[in-house]
Amino acid sequence: MPEPAPNFLPPYWDADAAKPAFSMGKKVRVKSGAPPGHVRTPWYVRGRTGVVERVCGHFHDPQELAYGRGDGPKLPLYRVRFALADIWGAEAGFAETDTIDIEIYESWLEPFWDYGGDFDAQAARLEKELG
Amino acid sequence: MGGLIDVMPGPPVDRDEHDYALWEKRVDALMVLASAKGYFTVDGLRRALEDMGEESFETMTYYERWIASVTQNLIESGAFTIEELRAQMEQVQARGDTYGEASLDSGKEQADA
Repeated sequence: MPEPAPNFLPPYWDADAAKPAFSMGKKVRVKSGAPPGHVRTPWYVRGRTGVVERVCGHFHDPQELAYGRGDGPKLPLYRVRFALADIWGAEAGFAETDTIDIEIYESWLEPFWDYGGDFDAQAARLEKELG
Repeated sequence: MGGLIDVMPGPPVDRDEHDYALWEKRVDALMVLASAKGYFTVDGLRRALEDMGEESFETMTYYERWIASVTQNLIESGAFTIEELRAQMEQVQARGDTYGEASLDSGKEQADA
C-alpha cells in the first residue's frame, strides 16, 4: 500500500476529536461480539485481521446516533482492507490479491500484535505498551 | 442486516425503474423533512428498520417499512404523541378508502386547468 503523504490530513478531520490510534498500513483486529442494537461492523469481519488502508476522518458514532444521541464525541473512522481468502476461507477460491475495504469505527478495532509464538517478545511489548 | 450471511444470496435484482405511489413519495419526503429538522438521522431510520426483524423484509414493502420506522423515530423524538397520531389516523381514515387516488386526480385537474 502507498505511504501517506507527510502531514496529510484526511477530509472530515476534527482537530478537537481524539487522535486516531492507528495509522495507514497498521495491522488491526476487529473486535468480536454480537451486542444487540444498531451496529455498523459487518458480522463477517468481526474477529478478523485487516490493514488500515486510510484514516477517513472523524464522525459521530452511528451506534449512538441511531438512538437519538448525537452529542457524543466523534470517533476516528478507518477504511480497513481484508483479504477475501482470510474471511471466506481458502476453499472459496479467492486470489491473494482479492480484497475488500470496509469502513470501521475505532471503537471496534484493536491493535494486532503478531509475535509468531515468541511469548517473551510479546510480554516485553505488552509491558512497554501498557506500562 | 449488518452483513448477515444467511439472508443472502437473493434472487436476481430487477433494475428497471418503476413508478412510486403518491404515498410512497410522501414517505420519502417525510424522511427528508424530519432529518432536516433534526428529529432523527438515517442511523435511527436504519435502527428501527432492523428492529422490525428479518421477516419484515418478506412481509412488508420498502416504503411500508420506512413509514413504520419514521413513525417510530418521530414518536421517540417527541415530534408528536401517540394520541396525536391516533387522532390524525382516525381523521384520515374518515376521508374514505379512495382519498389517496382522489388527491392524485384533483392535483392533476388543478394542473390541467
